[in-house]
Amino acid sequence: MTFEGENMSLQGRKHDAAYNFAYLDEQTKRMIRRAILKGLAIPGYQVPFASREMPMPYGWGTGGVQVSAATLTPDDTLKVIDQGADDTTNAVSIRKFFERTAGVATTEATDAATVIQTRHRIPEAPLTEDQVLVYQVPIPEPLRFLEPRETETRKMHSLGEYGLMHVKLYEDISRHGAIATSYAYPVKVEGGYVMDPSPIPKFDNPKLSDCPAIQLFGAGREQRIYALPPYTRVASLDFEDHPFEPSKADHPCDLCGSQGSYLDEVITDDRGGRIFVCSDTDYCRTRREAGHTGPQGAPDAEARS
Amino acid sequence: MTTPLLQVRGITKFYGARTGCRDVGFDLHPGEVMGIVGESGSGKSTLLGCLAGQLAPDAGEVLFDTREAGPRDTLTMTEPERRMLARTDWAFVHQQARDGLRMGVSAGGNVGERLMAVGARHYGDIRAQAVDWLGRVEIPDDRVDDRPTAFSGGMQQRLQIARNLVTGPRLVFMDEPTGGLDVSVQARLLDLLRGLVREMGLSAVIVTHDLAVVRLLADRLMVMKDGNVVEAGLTDQVLDDPQHGYTQLLVSSVLQV
Repeated sequence: MTFEGENMSLQGRKHDAAYNFAYLDEQTKRMIRRAILKGLAIPGYQVPFASREMPMPYGWGTGGVQVSAATLTPDDTLKVIDQGADDTTNAVSIRKFFERTAGVATTEATDAATVIQTRHRIPEAPLTEDQVLVYQVPIPEPLRFLEPRETETRKMHSLGEYGLMHVKLYEDISRHGAIATSYAYPVKVEGGYVMDPSPIPKFDNPKLSDCPAIQLFGAGREQRIYALPPYTRVASLDFEDHPFEPSKADHPCDLCGSQGSYLDEVITDDRGGRIFVCSDTDYCRTRREAGHTGPQGAPDAEARS
Repeated sequence: MTTPLLQVRGITKFYGARTGCRDVGFDLHPGEVMGIVGESGSGKSTLLGCLAGQLAPDAGEVLFDTREAGPRDTLTMTEPERRMLARTDWAFVHQQARDGLRMGVSAGGNVGERLMAVGARHYGDIRAQAVDWLGRVEIPDDRVDDRPTAFSGGMQQRLQIARNLVTGPRLVFMDEPTGGLDVSVQARLLDLLRGLVREMGLSAVIVTHDLAVVRLLADRLMVMKDGNVVEAGLTDQVLDDPQHGYTQLLVSSVLQV
Protein backbone atom coordinates (compact mmCIF):
# COMPACT_ATOMS: atom_id res chain seq x y z
CA MET A 1 0.00 0.00 0.00
CA THR A 2 2.77 2.41 -0.84
CA PHE A 3 1.91 5.81 -2.10
CA GLU A 4 4.33 6.83 -4.82
CA GLY A 5 6.58 9.79 -4.09
CA GLU A 6 5.75 9.84 -0.40
CA ASN A 7 8.14 7.87 1.72
CA MET A 8 8.90 10.45 4.35
CA SER A 9 7.09 8.30 6.84
CA LEU A 10 9.93 5.80 6.61
CA GLN A 11 12.55 8.20 7.90
CA GLY A 12 10.66 11.24 9.05
CA ARG A 13 8.23 9.84 11.61
CA LYS A 14 8.68 7.65 14.62
CA HIS A 15 6.06 5.99 16.75
CA ASP A 16 6.18 5.88 20.53
CA ALA A 17 8.69 3.08 21.18
CA ALA A 18 6.79 1.91 24.25
CA TYR A 19 4.16 0.43 21.91
CA ASN A 20 4.46 -2.26 19.30
CA PHE A 21 3.74 -0.87 15.83
CA ALA A 22 0.05 0.13 15.71
CA TYR A 23 -0.50 -0.80 19.39
CA LEU A 24 -1.49 -4.47 18.95
CA ASP A 25 1.09 -7.25 19.28
CA GLU A 26 2.11 -9.13 16.15
CA GLN A 27 0.23 -12.34 17.05
CA THR A 28 -3.01 -10.41 17.49
CA LYS A 29 -2.54 -8.63 14.18
CA ARG A 30 -1.93 -11.96 12.44
CA MET A 31 -5.11 -13.32 14.00
CA ILE A 32 -7.07 -10.29 12.78
CA ARG A 33 -5.50 -10.53 9.31
CA ARG A 34 -6.60 -14.15 9.06
CA ALA A 35 -10.14 -13.06 9.89
CA ILE A 36 -9.91 -10.28 7.29
CA LEU A 37 -8.68 -12.69 4.63
CA LYS A 38 -11.46 -15.11 5.44
CA GLY A 39 -13.95 -12.25 5.26
CA LEU A 40 -12.62 -11.22 1.86
CA ALA A 41 -12.86 -14.81 0.65
CA ILE A 42 -16.52 -15.04 1.73
CA PRO A 43 -17.93 -11.56 1.03
CA GLY A 44 -20.57 -10.50 3.52
CA TYR A 45 -19.94 -13.41 5.92
CA GLN A 46 -19.40 -12.37 9.54
CA VAL A 47 -16.12 -13.90 10.69
CA PRO A 48 -15.77 -14.22 14.48
CA PHE A 49 -12.48 -12.95 15.86
CA ALA A 50 -10.94 -12.58 19.30
CA SER A 51 -11.53 -8.87 19.78
CA ARG A 52 -9.06 -7.28 22.21
CA GLU A 53 -9.56 -4.65 24.84
CA MET A 54 -8.50 -1.35 23.34
CA PRO A 55 -7.62 1.83 25.23
CA MET A 56 -11.03 3.30 24.36
CA PRO A 57 -14.56 2.28 25.23
CA TYR A 58 -16.68 -0.07 23.13
CA GLY A 59 -18.80 1.98 20.80
CA TRP A 60 -15.91 4.32 20.01
CA GLY A 61 -14.66 2.30 17.10
CA THR A 62 -12.70 -0.50 18.75
CA GLY A 63 -13.54 -2.88 15.89
CA GLY A 64 -12.45 -0.42 13.23
CA VAL A 65 -9.29 0.45 15.17
CA GLN A 66 -8.27 -3.20 15.42
CA VAL A 67 -8.87 -3.76 11.72
CA SER A 68 -6.92 -0.59 10.90
CA ALA A 69 -4.09 -1.68 13.20
CA ALA A 70 -3.86 -5.01 11.41
CA THR A 71 -4.01 -3.32 8.00
CA LEU A 72 -1.58 -0.42 8.46
CA THR A 73 2.04 -0.58 7.30
CA PRO A 74 4.66 2.09 8.05
CA ASP A 75 4.25 3.41 4.48
CA ASP A 76 0.52 4.00 4.77
CA THR A 77 -1.24 7.34 4.99
CA LEU A 78 -4.22 7.27 7.33
CA LYS A 79 -7.40 9.31 7.22
CA VAL A 80 -10.07 9.01 9.92
CA ILE A 81 -13.57 10.38 9.57
CA ASP A 82 -16.54 10.41 11.89
CA GLN A 83 -19.89 11.19 10.22
CA GLY A 84 -17.83 12.39 7.25
CA ALA A 85 -15.85 14.92 9.29
CA ASP A 86 -12.11 14.82 9.99
CA ASP A 87 -12.30 17.17 12.94
CA THR A 88 -14.76 15.50 15.32
CA THR A 89 -13.68 14.02 18.66
CA ASN A 90 -13.75 10.40 17.57
CA ALA A 91 -11.83 11.06 14.36
CA VAL A 92 -9.22 13.26 16.01
CA SER A 93 -8.54 10.86 18.87
CA ILE A 94 -8.21 7.80 16.63
CA ARG A 95 -5.93 9.70 14.25
CA LYS A 96 -3.75 10.78 17.18
CA PHE A 97 -3.78 7.24 18.51
CA PHE A 98 -2.23 5.90 15.32
CA GLU A 99 0.14 8.85 14.95
CA ARG A 100 1.51 7.94 18.34
CA THR A 101 1.44 4.15 18.23
CA ALA A 102 2.25 3.60 14.54
CA GLY A 103 3.92 6.83 13.46
CA VAL A 104 2.12 6.68 10.12
CA ALA A 105 1.47 9.75 8.02
CA THR A 106 -2.02 11.14 8.38
CA THR A 107 -4.09 13.26 6.08
CA GLU A 108 -7.50 14.79 5.72
CA ALA A 109 -7.48 14.51 1.93
CA THR A 110 -9.42 11.49 0.73
CA ASP A 111 -7.32 11.03 -2.41
CA ALA A 112 -4.05 11.14 -0.44
CA ALA A 113 -5.04 8.42 2.02
CA THR A 114 -4.28 4.72 1.61
CA VAL A 115 -6.26 3.59 4.66
CA ILE A 116 -9.46 5.39 5.64
CA GLN A 117 -11.20 4.51 8.87
CA THR A 118 -14.77 5.71 8.89
CA ARG A 119 -17.78 5.94 11.13
CA HIS A 120 -21.21 6.30 9.47
CA ARG A 121 -20.11 7.62 6.04
CA ILE A 122 -18.43 6.72 2.78
CA PRO A 123 -16.35 9.64 1.41
CA GLU A 124 -17.93 11.55 -1.48
CA ALA A 125 -14.76 11.44 -3.60
CA PRO A 126 -14.51 8.18 -5.56
CA LEU A 127 -12.17 5.63 -3.99
CA THR A 128 -9.39 3.86 -5.87
CA GLU A 129 -7.81 0.42 -6.01
CA ASP A 130 -4.96 1.69 -3.81
CA GLN A 131 -7.23 2.34 -0.86
CA VAL A 132 -8.72 0.39 2.03
CA LEU A 133 -11.89 1.65 3.68
CA VAL A 134 -12.35 0.44 7.28
CA TYR A 135 -15.83 0.77 8.81
CA GLN A 136 -16.64 0.91 12.51
CA VAL A 137 -19.62 -1.34 13.11
CA PRO A 138 -21.78 -1.28 16.24
CA ILE A 139 -24.07 -4.24 15.45
CA PRO A 140 -22.93 -6.47 12.60
CA GLU A 141 -26.01 -8.71 12.53
CA PRO A 142 -28.70 -7.29 10.21
CA LEU A 143 -31.26 -9.73 11.60
CA ARG A 144 -30.57 -8.95 15.24
CA PHE A 145 -33.65 -6.87 16.02
CA LEU A 146 -35.88 -9.29 14.14
CA GLU A 147 -34.51 -12.51 15.62
CA PRO A 148 -32.70 -12.23 18.94
CA ARG A 149 -31.16 -15.73 18.98
CA GLU A 150 -27.65 -15.88 17.53
CA THR A 151 -27.99 -19.64 16.89
CA GLU A 152 -31.07 -18.93 14.80
CA THR A 153 -29.62 -15.96 12.86
CA ARG A 154 -26.55 -18.03 11.96
CA LYS A 155 -28.81 -20.76 10.66
CA MET A 156 -30.80 -18.19 8.68
CA HIS A 157 -27.60 -16.88 7.09
CA SER A 158 -26.31 -20.35 6.28
CA LEU A 159 -29.62 -21.36 4.69
CA GLY A 160 -30.20 -18.00 3.04
CA GLU A 161 -33.56 -17.55 4.79
CA TYR A 162 -33.97 -13.82 4.48
CA GLY A 163 -37.75 -13.51 4.26
CA LEU A 164 -37.73 -11.85 7.66
CA MET A 165 -35.61 -8.98 6.37
CA HIS A 166 -38.39 -8.12 3.95
CA VAL A 167 -40.93 -8.35 6.77
CA LYS A 168 -39.13 -5.40 8.32
CA LEU A 169 -39.36 -3.43 5.06
CA TYR A 170 -43.03 -4.47 4.72
CA GLU A 171 -43.70 -3.09 8.19
CA ASP A 172 -42.01 0.16 7.21
CA ILE A 173 -44.26 0.60 4.18
CA SER A 174 -47.46 -0.40 5.99
CA ARG A 175 -46.74 2.06 8.78
CA HIS A 176 -45.09 4.97 6.96
CA GLY A 177 -46.13 4.51 3.33
CA ALA A 178 -42.52 4.11 2.24
CA ILE A 179 -39.41 2.28 3.37
CA ALA A 180 -38.51 4.46 6.32
CA THR A 181 -35.20 2.77 7.10
CA SER A 182 -32.74 5.56 6.36
CA TYR A 183 -29.45 4.22 7.67
CA ALA A 184 -27.92 0.76 8.20
CA TYR A 185 -30.05 -0.22 5.23
CA PRO A 186 -29.61 -3.98 4.63
CA VAL A 187 -27.84 -5.11 1.48
CA LYS A 188 -27.37 -8.41 -0.33
CA VAL A 189 -23.80 -9.22 -1.31
CA GLU A 190 -23.32 -10.92 -4.70
CA GLY A 191 -26.76 -12.55 -4.36
CA GLY A 192 -25.56 -14.35 -1.22
CA TYR A 193 -25.30 -13.04 2.31
CA VAL A 194 -27.44 -10.21 3.62
CA MET A 195 -25.16 -7.71 5.33
CA ASP A 196 -25.46 -4.69 7.58
CA PRO A 197 -23.43 -1.93 5.89
CA SER A 198 -22.89 -0.29 9.33
CA PRO A 199 -24.97 2.80 10.09
CA ILE A 200 -24.11 4.67 6.90
CA PRO A 201 -27.02 6.68 5.45
CA LYS A 202 -28.79 4.79 2.70
CA PHE A 203 -27.61 7.61 0.43
CA ASP A 204 -24.19 5.89 0.58
CA ASN A 205 -25.44 2.39 -0.21
CA PRO A 206 -24.88 2.63 -3.99
CA LYS A 207 -21.22 3.46 -3.32
CA LEU A 208 -20.75 0.06 -1.64
CA SER A 209 -21.32 -1.71 -4.93
CA ASP A 210 -18.59 -2.16 -7.52
CA CYS A 211 -16.19 -0.12 -5.38
CA PRO A 212 -12.51 -0.32 -6.47
CA ALA A 213 -11.29 -0.09 -2.86
CA ILE A 214 -11.21 -2.93 -0.34
CA GLN A 215 -13.95 -2.45 2.27
CA LEU A 216 -13.44 -3.96 5.72
CA PHE A 217 -15.94 -3.93 8.57
CA GLY A 218 -14.92 -4.37 12.21
CA ALA A 219 -17.24 -4.80 15.19
CA GLY A 220 -15.19 -4.81 18.40
CA ARG A 221 -17.82 -5.47 21.03
CA GLU A 222 -19.61 -8.05 18.89
CA GLN A 223 -16.29 -9.61 17.81
CA ARG A 224 -17.04 -9.85 14.12
CA ILE A 225 -15.16 -8.88 10.98
CA TYR A 226 -16.64 -8.90 7.49
CA ALA A 227 -15.46 -7.59 4.18
CA LEU A 228 -16.22 -6.65 0.60
CA PRO A 229 -13.46 -7.32 -1.94
CA PRO A 230 -13.04 -4.72 -4.70
CA TYR A 231 -15.74 -4.63 -7.36
CA THR A 232 -18.26 -6.66 -5.37
CA ARG A 233 -21.89 -6.39 -6.43
CA VAL A 234 -23.95 -5.10 -3.52
CA ALA A 235 -27.72 -4.66 -3.86
CA SER A 236 -29.99 -2.85 -1.40
CA LEU A 237 -33.07 -4.89 -0.50
CA ASP A 238 -36.41 -3.56 -1.72
CA PHE A 239 -39.80 -4.41 -3.19
CA GLU A 240 -40.64 -4.37 -6.89
CA ASP A 241 -43.30 -1.70 -6.33
CA HIS A 242 -41.28 0.17 -3.69
CA PRO A 243 -37.76 0.28 -5.15
CA PHE A 244 -34.74 1.35 -3.13
CA GLU A 245 -34.17 5.11 -3.16
CA PRO A 246 -31.03 6.74 -1.80
CA SER A 247 -32.20 9.90 -0.06
CA LYS A 248 -30.69 13.15 1.16
CA ALA A 249 -31.89 16.57 2.26
CA ASP A 250 -33.43 18.29 -0.77
CA HIS A 251 -31.07 21.25 -0.67
CA PRO A 252 -27.66 22.29 -1.99
CA CYS A 253 -24.72 22.62 0.40
CA ASP A 254 -24.84 26.15 1.85
CA LEU A 255 -21.06 26.44 1.83
CA CYS A 256 -19.91 24.80 -1.39
CA GLY A 257 -23.16 24.61 -3.36
CA SER A 258 -22.85 20.88 -4.06
CA GLN A 259 -26.14 19.39 -5.22
CA GLY A 260 -25.12 15.77 -4.97
CA SER A 261 -23.43 15.33 -1.60
CA TYR A 262 -24.92 14.10 1.67
CA LEU A 263 -25.81 17.00 3.96
CA ASP A 264 -25.85 17.70 7.67
CA GLU A 265 -28.44 20.10 9.00
CA VAL A 266 -26.73 22.50 11.38
CA ILE A 267 -28.70 24.70 13.77
CA THR A 268 -27.01 28.08 13.85
CA ASP A 269 -28.99 30.01 16.47
CA ASP A 270 -32.00 29.64 18.74
CA ARG A 271 -34.36 31.49 16.36
CA GLY A 272 -34.77 28.67 13.86
CA GLY A 273 -31.69 29.52 11.79
CA ARG A 274 -30.20 26.51 10.08
CA ILE A 275 -27.84 25.69 7.28
CA PHE A 276 -27.22 22.55 5.28
CA VAL A 277 -23.58 21.64 4.82
CA CYS A 278 -21.72 18.68 3.34
CA SER A 279 -21.13 16.04 5.98
CA ASP A 280 -17.88 15.18 4.17
CA THR A 281 -15.67 18.08 5.34
CA ASP A 282 -12.79 17.23 3.00
CA TYR A 283 -15.10 17.17 -0.02
CA CYS A 284 -16.64 20.50 0.95
CA ARG A 285 -13.26 22.18 1.52
CA THR A 286 -11.87 20.82 -1.75
CA ARG A 287 -14.83 22.24 -3.63
CA ARG A 288 -14.61 25.62 -1.93
CA GLU A 289 -10.89 25.80 -2.68
CA ALA A 290 -11.72 25.08 -6.31
CA GLY A 291 -13.97 28.13 -6.31
CA HIS A 292 -17.43 26.67 -5.74
CA THR A 293 -19.64 28.65 -3.40
CA GLY A 294 -23.02 27.91 -1.89
CA PRO A 295 -25.81 30.34 -0.93
CA GLN A 296 -24.09 31.20 2.36
CA GLY A 297 -20.57 30.14 1.47
CA ALA A 298 -18.90 33.38 0.49
CA PRO A 299 -19.14 35.36 3.72
CA ASP A 300 -18.08 32.28 5.65
CA ALA A 301 -14.98 31.83 3.54
CA GLU A 302 -14.05 35.50 4.00
CA ALA A 303 -14.45 35.24 7.73
CA ARG A 304 -12.03 32.36 7.85
CA SER A 305 -9.22 34.06 5.93
CA MET B 1 -55.50 -45.99 -4.80
CA THR B 2 -53.48 -42.79 -4.73
CA THR B 3 -50.08 -42.45 -3.11
CA PRO B 4 -50.44 -41.52 0.55
CA LEU B 5 -49.34 -37.94 1.24
CA LEU B 6 -47.59 -39.03 4.39
CA GLN B 7 -46.36 -42.49 5.32
CA VAL B 8 -45.13 -42.87 8.86
CA ARG B 9 -43.17 -45.99 9.74
CA GLY B 10 -41.96 -47.11 13.17
CA ILE B 11 -41.34 -43.66 14.68
CA THR B 12 -39.59 -44.11 18.01
CA LYS B 13 -38.24 -41.38 20.24
CA PHE B 14 -36.57 -41.80 23.60
CA TYR B 15 -35.70 -39.08 26.09
CA GLY B 16 -32.76 -40.77 27.75
CA ALA B 17 -34.20 -43.89 29.35
CA ARG B 18 -37.77 -42.64 29.06
CA THR B 19 -40.02 -43.30 26.12
CA GLY B 20 -41.42 -40.39 24.13
CA CYS B 21 -43.24 -42.53 21.60
CA ARG B 22 -42.65 -46.05 20.36
CA ASP B 23 -43.07 -47.66 16.94
CA VAL B 24 -45.84 -45.41 15.63
CA GLY B 25 -46.90 -45.84 12.03
CA PHE B 26 -49.79 -44.74 9.82
CA ASP B 27 -50.65 -43.55 6.32
CA LEU B 28 -52.31 -40.22 5.61
CA HIS B 29 -54.01 -39.76 2.26
CA PRO B 30 -54.61 -36.45 0.50
CA GLY B 31 -57.59 -34.66 2.00
CA GLU B 32 -57.64 -36.86 5.06
CA VAL B 33 -57.58 -35.59 8.64
CA MET B 34 -55.94 -37.74 11.29
CA GLY B 35 -56.65 -37.11 14.95
CA ILE B 36 -54.28 -38.14 17.69
CA VAL B 37 -55.73 -38.18 21.18
CA GLY B 38 -54.38 -39.17 24.54
CA GLU B 39 -53.74 -37.76 27.98
CA SER B 40 -50.89 -35.43 28.90
CA GLY B 41 -47.55 -37.22 28.62
CA SER B 42 -48.84 -39.88 26.25
CA GLY B 43 -46.35 -38.86 23.58
CA LYS B 44 -48.68 -37.16 21.12
CA SER B 45 -46.78 -33.88 21.00
CA THR B 46 -43.49 -35.77 20.70
CA LEU B 47 -44.93 -37.68 17.76
CA LEU B 48 -46.12 -34.47 16.10
CA GLY B 49 -42.70 -32.88 16.60
CA CYS B 50 -41.04 -35.89 14.94
CA LEU B 51 -43.44 -35.75 11.99
CA ALA B 52 -42.98 -32.02 11.47
CA GLY B 53 -39.19 -32.20 11.53
CA GLN B 54 -38.83 -30.33 14.79
CA LEU B 55 -37.53 -33.32 16.73
CA ALA B 56 -35.17 -36.02 15.47
CA PRO B 57 -36.64 -39.46 16.20
CA ASP B 58 -34.32 -42.30 17.21
CA ALA B 59 -35.82 -44.70 14.67
CA GLY B 60 -38.38 -44.77 11.90
CA GLU B 61 -39.10 -42.92 8.73
CA VAL B 62 -41.52 -40.21 7.58
CA LEU B 63 -42.18 -40.38 3.84
CA PHE B 64 -43.75 -37.23 2.42
CA ASP B 65 -45.06 -37.18 -1.14
CA THR B 66 -43.10 -34.18 -2.45
CA ARG B 67 -44.26 -32.29 -5.53
CA GLU B 68 -41.01 -32.83 -7.42
CA ALA B 69 -39.63 -36.22 -6.46
CA GLY B 70 -42.54 -38.25 -5.03
CA PRO B 71 -42.30 -39.86 -1.59
CA ARG B 72 -39.11 -38.90 0.25
CA ASP B 73 -37.97 -39.50 3.80
CA THR B 74 -38.07 -36.08 5.43
CA LEU B 75 -35.76 -37.26 8.21
CA THR B 76 -32.86 -37.85 5.81
CA MET B 77 -33.47 -34.66 3.82
CA THR B 78 -31.00 -31.83 4.18
CA GLU B 79 -31.94 -29.05 6.57
CA PRO B 80 -32.58 -26.50 3.77
CA GLU B 81 -34.93 -28.94 2.00
CA ARG B 82 -36.81 -29.66 5.20
CA ARG B 83 -37.12 -25.98 6.08
CA MET B 84 -38.30 -25.24 2.54
CA LEU B 85 -41.03 -27.85 2.98
CA ALA B 86 -41.93 -26.32 6.32
CA ARG B 87 -42.41 -22.95 4.59
CA THR B 88 -44.32 -24.17 1.57
CA ASP B 89 -46.11 -27.53 1.70
CA TRP B 90 -46.38 -27.80 5.47
CA ALA B 91 -47.99 -25.67 8.09
CA PHE B 92 -47.76 -25.89 11.86
CA VAL B 93 -50.43 -24.43 14.12
CA HIS B 94 -49.22 -24.09 17.68
CA GLN B 95 -51.38 -24.31 20.75
CA GLN B 96 -50.12 -20.94 21.94
CA ALA B 97 -50.69 -18.44 19.14
CA ARG B 98 -47.75 -16.42 20.39
CA ASP B 99 -45.42 -19.35 19.66
CA GLY B 100 -46.47 -19.24 16.04
CA LEU B 101 -46.74 -15.49 15.54
CA ARG B 102 -44.30 -12.62 15.57
CA MET B 103 -45.84 -10.47 18.24
CA GLY B 104 -43.88 -7.36 17.27
CA VAL B 105 -44.98 -7.45 13.63
CA SER B 106 -48.36 -6.34 12.26
CA ALA B 107 -51.01 -8.87 11.28
CA GLY B 108 -50.32 -8.19 7.61
CA GLY B 109 -46.61 -8.72 8.11
CA ASN B 110 -47.28 -11.96 9.93
CA VAL B 111 -49.36 -13.31 7.07
CA GLY B 112 -46.93 -11.95 4.47
CA GLU B 113 -43.82 -13.46 6.04
CA ARG B 114 -44.22 -16.88 4.45
CA LEU B 115 -44.86 -15.27 1.06
CA MET B 116 -41.73 -13.17 1.37
CA ALA B 117 -39.80 -16.22 2.58
CA VAL B 118 -40.57 -18.01 -0.67
CA GLY B 119 -39.59 -15.01 -2.76
CA ALA B 120 -42.58 -12.66 -3.09
CA ARG B 121 -41.17 -9.16 -3.63
CA HIS B 122 -44.20 -7.11 -4.62
CA TYR B 123 -45.59 -5.14 -1.69
CA GLY B 124 -49.01 -4.59 -3.25
CA ASP B 125 -49.51 -8.29 -4.02
CA ILE B 126 -48.33 -9.39 -0.59
CA ARG B 127 -50.66 -6.96 1.11
CA ALA B 128 -53.62 -7.94 -1.06
CA GLN B 129 -53.09 -11.60 -0.19
CA ALA B 130 -52.72 -10.75 3.50
CA VAL B 131 -56.00 -8.82 3.48
CA ASP B 132 -57.70 -11.64 1.58
CA TRP B 133 -56.55 -14.20 4.13
CA LEU B 134 -57.49 -12.07 7.10
CA GLY B 135 -60.97 -11.91 5.56
CA ARG B 136 -61.11 -15.67 5.22
CA VAL B 137 -60.37 -16.11 8.91
CA GLU B 138 -62.90 -13.40 9.80
CA ILE B 139 -60.48 -10.68 10.84
CA PRO B 140 -61.70 -7.26 9.60
CA ASP B 141 -59.63 -5.42 6.95
CA ASP B 142 -58.95 -2.47 9.21
CA ARG B 143 -56.98 -4.65 11.63
CA VAL B 144 -54.32 -5.49 9.02
CA ASP B 145 -51.78 -3.04 10.47
CA ASP B 146 -52.46 -3.88 14.12
CA ARG B 147 -50.05 -6.02 16.04
CA PRO B 148 -51.22 -9.39 17.36
CA THR B 149 -50.73 -8.09 20.90
CA ALA B 150 -53.86 -6.01 20.30
CA PHE B 151 -55.87 -9.13 19.32
CA SER B 152 -57.98 -11.40 21.49
CA GLY B 153 -56.92 -15.01 22.00
CA GLY B 154 -59.34 -16.30 19.39
CA MET B 155 -58.24 -13.69 16.84
CA GLN B 156 -54.60 -14.52 17.47
CA GLN B 157 -55.34 -18.18 16.81
CA ARG B 158 -57.19 -17.32 13.59
CA LEU B 159 -54.32 -15.07 12.55
CA GLN B 160 -51.92 -17.93 13.13
CA ILE B 161 -54.01 -20.11 10.87
CA ALA B 162 -54.08 -17.46 8.14
CA ARG B 163 -50.31 -17.04 8.41
CA ASN B 164 -49.85 -20.78 7.96
CA LEU B 165 -52.26 -21.34 5.12
CA VAL B 166 -51.31 -18.39 2.92
CA THR B 167 -48.74 -20.36 0.92
CA GLY B 168 -51.30 -23.08 0.14
CA PRO B 169 -49.77 -25.95 2.12
CA ARG B 170 -50.91 -29.54 1.56
CA LEU B 171 -50.28 -30.82 5.07
CA VAL B 172 -51.13 -29.05 8.32
CA PHE B 173 -49.89 -30.09 11.73
CA MET B 174 -52.00 -28.80 14.57
CA ASP B 175 -51.07 -29.02 18.22
CA GLU B 176 -54.17 -28.41 20.37
CA PRO B 177 -55.47 -25.68 18.05
CA THR B 178 -58.43 -24.91 20.31
CA GLY B 179 -56.64 -25.21 23.64
CA GLY B 180 -57.15 -22.31 26.01
CA LEU B 181 -60.09 -20.80 24.13
CA ASP B 182 -63.57 -20.54 25.56
CA VAL B 183 -66.21 -22.80 24.08
CA SER B 184 -68.02 -20.33 21.83
CA VAL B 185 -64.73 -19.15 20.33
CA GLN B 186 -63.69 -22.80 20.01
CA ALA B 187 -66.85 -23.56 18.10
CA ARG B 188 -66.28 -20.74 15.61
CA LEU B 189 -62.65 -21.74 15.17
CA LEU B 190 -63.66 -25.35 14.55
CA ASP B 191 -66.23 -24.21 12.00
CA LEU B 192 -63.57 -22.17 10.28
CA LEU B 193 -61.03 -25.01 10.29
CA ARG B 194 -63.58 -27.45 8.99
CA GLY B 195 -64.47 -25.09 6.17
CA LEU B 196 -60.84 -24.48 5.22
CA VAL B 197 -59.91 -28.15 5.36
CA ARG B 198 -62.80 -29.08 3.05
CA GLU B 199 -62.39 -26.11 0.72
CA MET B 200 -58.63 -26.42 0.26
CA GLY B 201 -58.55 -30.21 0.36
CA LEU B 202 -56.01 -30.07 3.17
CA SER B 203 -54.58 -33.08 4.89
CA ALA B 204 -54.04 -32.58 8.58
CA VAL B 205 -52.65 -34.24 11.65
CA ILE B 206 -54.38 -32.87 14.74
CA VAL B 207 -53.12 -33.54 18.22
CA THR B 208 -55.62 -32.82 20.97
CA HIS B 209 -57.02 -34.14 24.19
CA ASP B 210 -60.45 -32.79 23.28
CA LEU B 211 -62.58 -35.61 21.88
CA ALA B 212 -65.20 -33.17 20.59
CA VAL B 213 -62.57 -31.58 18.35
CA VAL B 214 -61.60 -34.86 16.73
CA ARG B 215 -65.22 -35.90 16.41
CA LEU B 216 -65.82 -32.77 14.33
CA LEU B 217 -62.59 -32.59 12.36
CA ALA B 218 -60.91 -35.98 12.10
CA ASP B 219 -61.71 -38.79 9.68
CA ARG B 220 -59.52 -41.23 11.52
CA LEU B 221 -58.31 -41.43 15.07
CA MET B 222 -55.31 -42.80 16.91
CA VAL B 223 -55.39 -43.18 20.68
CA MET B 224 -52.05 -42.97 22.46
CA LYS B 225 -51.09 -44.07 25.94
CA ASP B 226 -47.58 -44.07 27.44
CA GLY B 227 -45.97 -43.56 24.04
CA ASN B 228 -47.80 -46.40 22.32
CA VAL B 229 -50.76 -46.38 19.98
CA VAL B 230 -53.37 -48.46 21.77
CA GLU B 231 -56.19 -48.10 19.29
CA ALA B 232 -56.70 -46.73 15.79
CA GLY B 233 -59.62 -46.58 13.39
CA LEU B 234 -62.38 -44.45 11.94
CA THR B 235 -63.24 -41.65 14.34
CA ASP B 236 -66.88 -42.56 14.84
CA GLN B 237 -66.04 -46.21 15.21
CA VAL B 238 -63.40 -45.59 17.87
CA LEU B 239 -65.50 -43.13 19.81
CA ASP B 240 -68.80 -45.05 19.62
CA ASP B 241 -67.39 -48.51 20.13
CA PRO B 242 -64.06 -48.23 21.97
CA GLN B 243 -62.24 -51.55 22.22
CA HIS B 244 -59.23 -50.82 24.38
CA GLY B 245 -59.69 -50.28 28.09
CA TYR B 246 -57.97 -46.92 28.03
CA THR B 247 -60.09 -45.65 25.13
CA GLN B 248 -63.21 -46.74 27.00
CA LEU B 249 -62.01 -44.78 30.02
CA LEU B 250 -61.23 -41.75 27.84
CA VAL B 251 -64.63 -41.76 26.12
CA SER B 252 -66.52 -42.26 29.36
CA SER B 253 -64.58 -39.45 31.03
CA VAL B 254 -66.06 -36.76 28.78
CA LEU B 255 -68.36 -34.53 30.78
CA GLN B 256 -71.93 -34.58 29.55
CA VAL B 257 -73.61 -31.23 29.82
